[in-house]
Amino acid sequence: MSSTDLAPAHHAAPSAGGPLLAVEGLSVEVATSRGPVRLVEDVSFAIGAGEVLGLVGESGCGKSVTAMSILRLLPEPPTRIAAGHIRFERDDLARLGRSRLRALRGGRIGMIFQEPMTSLNPTYSIGWQLSEALRLHTDLRGAALRTRLPALLRQVGIGAAERRLAQFPHELSGGLRQRVMIAMAIACAPRLLIADEPTTALDVTVQLQVLELLARLRRETGMAMLLITHDLGVIAGYADRVAVMYAGRVVETGATAALFAAPRHPYTQALLAARPKLHGPRGQLAAIPGTVPPPHARPPGCPFAARCPRGDRQCTEVMPPLAGEPAHHVACWHPLA
Amino acid sequence: MIDRDFVVVDDVSKAFRLRGGGVLHAVRGVSLRVARGETLGVVGESGCGKSTLARLILHLITPSAGQVVLDGEHLGRLTPAALRRKRRHMQMIFQDPQAALDPRMRVGDLLAEPLLVHRIGTAAERARRVAELCDLVGLPDDAAARWPHEFSGGQRQRISIARALALGPSLVVADEPVSALDVSVQAQILNLLADLRQRFDLTYVFISHDLAVIRHISDRVAVMYLGELVELADVDRFFAGPAHPYARALLSAVLEPGAHADESHRPVAGDPPSPESPPSGCFFHPRCPAAMERCRGTAPPPRDIGTPGAPHLVRCWLHAGPDAAR
Repeated sequence: MSSTDLAPAHHAAPSAGGPLLAVEGLSVEVATSRGPVRLVEDVSFAIGAGEVLGLVGESGCGKSVTAMSILRLLPEPPTRIAAGHIRFERDDLARLGRSRLRALRGGRIGMIFQEPMTSLNPTYSIGWQLSEALRLHTDLRGAALRTRLPALLRQVGIGAAERRLAQFPHELSGGLRQRVMIAMAIACAPRLLIADEPTTALDVTVQLQVLELLARLRRETGMAMLLITHDLGVIAGYADRVAVMYAGRVVETGATAALFAAPRHPYTQALLAARPKLHGPRGQLAAIPGTVPPPHARPPGCPFAARCPRGDRQCTEVMPPLAGEPAHHVACWHPLA
Repeated sequence: MIDRDFVVVDDVSKAFRLRGGGVLHAVRGVSLRVARGETLGVVGESGCGKSTLARLILHLITPSAGQVVLDGEHLGRLTPAALRRKRRHMQMIFQDPQAALDPRMRVGDLLAEPLLVHRIGTAAERARRVAELCDLVGLPDDAAARWPHEFSGGQRQRISIARALALGPSLVVADEPVSALDVSVQAQILNLLADLRQRFDLTYVFISHDLAVIRHISDRVAVMYLGELVELADVDRFFAGPAHPYARALLSAVLEPGAHADESHRPVAGDPPSPESPPSGCFFHPRCPAAMERCRGTAPPPRDIGTPGAPHLVRCWLHAGPDAAR
């Protein structure tokens, strides 16, 4: 047991009424030959019990780093949590010791990733891997454990469960593999499921099946979900609230429908406008000029300023705080009305 | 007079022999035409044969049956030397520019290479052409002296596009050219492709799994499922109401933020089947919400349900009509 395990981990208020997960001022940095570089800067958001929060942004915006940091899955070093708290139930995960973290992963917090093939062990059967997950986090053994396995597969919509348990990952389609991953993630009835681009590698018809499955499991179990994706459409269909990230920061957050109907951050608006659409006129797309500044070259002010039609000197020099109405926050000096 | 038969794909099939003796029919009896200056969008899920079709159209792989005619010439009948000359006029853009660009060559050399291979111009003329190409696709002036890895994904796709345009082709086949790009960059590249098409009267065959992208860029839409063309129609007609149940399923699986977020999305069941062991009858019947007895037994023939001058091809018993009952 490491020394931090002995330190009190009760920074968070008891969860009665409070959010299930509260990320507060999280900054993550990585050591490079040119010194430490901030990947994620001052990120805050909360997820209530049973709620789905969508974390959306383009590549390099820090959404996956944020997700991985919650379970402390990034190698430390070279990365480290430079500031902030990750309050879950009674613990601050930013300061939790290794053994407590291991118990949380796959226990109270489940996680699924984009590519199930890299998370499943190719040399073991599906049944073996599911049993292993259950053995690690529950006291189910023997016959009780064996009867739980087909039930788990049925819960994630996999038919012919007995046959599937005997199969190996490569014998399953991408959609089935992701269902198996979900079965492993929910095996211990987590309170929070972190889903990092869970459907990005899947065909669109299969993507819809998996999203519908996640929505059903959430209804049935009451688990909360952090849904990380680059796809605004996925967020629109399946998240209650959304946090938009850009260059390591949350730039806007609010209820999904309201935020998409009337985005206040120029980046969110630009992102919505840049998408080709299934309805309406087709002409020229509203591309966003320029590129995202890399982590080592972010300006002191708003990272979007250089690409923003509303950007001025204040924007490039001073980072605007995330502020606004309680239900809809935006980090912008000149937000849209 | 529009050249309606600029690209003619005539009953083309491609079968790959598998280790262990099996045969994979990647493309089955596909026939279609692309007019000069037109963009044909080809959409479908993994394993549907769309990438194989792209390579067949350019004769990068030879068909097992059927033929491809480009601008009146049967590609299969050309001598190797004639086919090489023909390649000037038909180029390809790939999904992953990282893999398509040799990392050990500077951008300028990458762009000059096609000219060198076809022995076009002097060194000075080639350098001028490289500068012209960089300008054309919006690369910075100093790009020619730099390495591909110095560029972002979007910029690298610009390099691939410039390379594809180096020889002044008339047909460009693009295989998922914007799928690996972020939305904001994707929009830049789609705008660039549309702009280049207009400037050089290019003909595109544009392969994508993304229906919104297909709608944006295409004049006509072809839907593939398990190696077969199951629907082919004018873009507006298609998006107003696709006829094939698979095309309908694809369209209803698209998630869009905003106005249509309240629509209920009802997923079709099952995975796309493996092309190694396709189902009997209509390949879509095991997943089809409208499947009838006949669909299990017999594959439906393609039928035109369009209007004179605006054909709308669909391969489904729902649209077989009374005359097809036989």
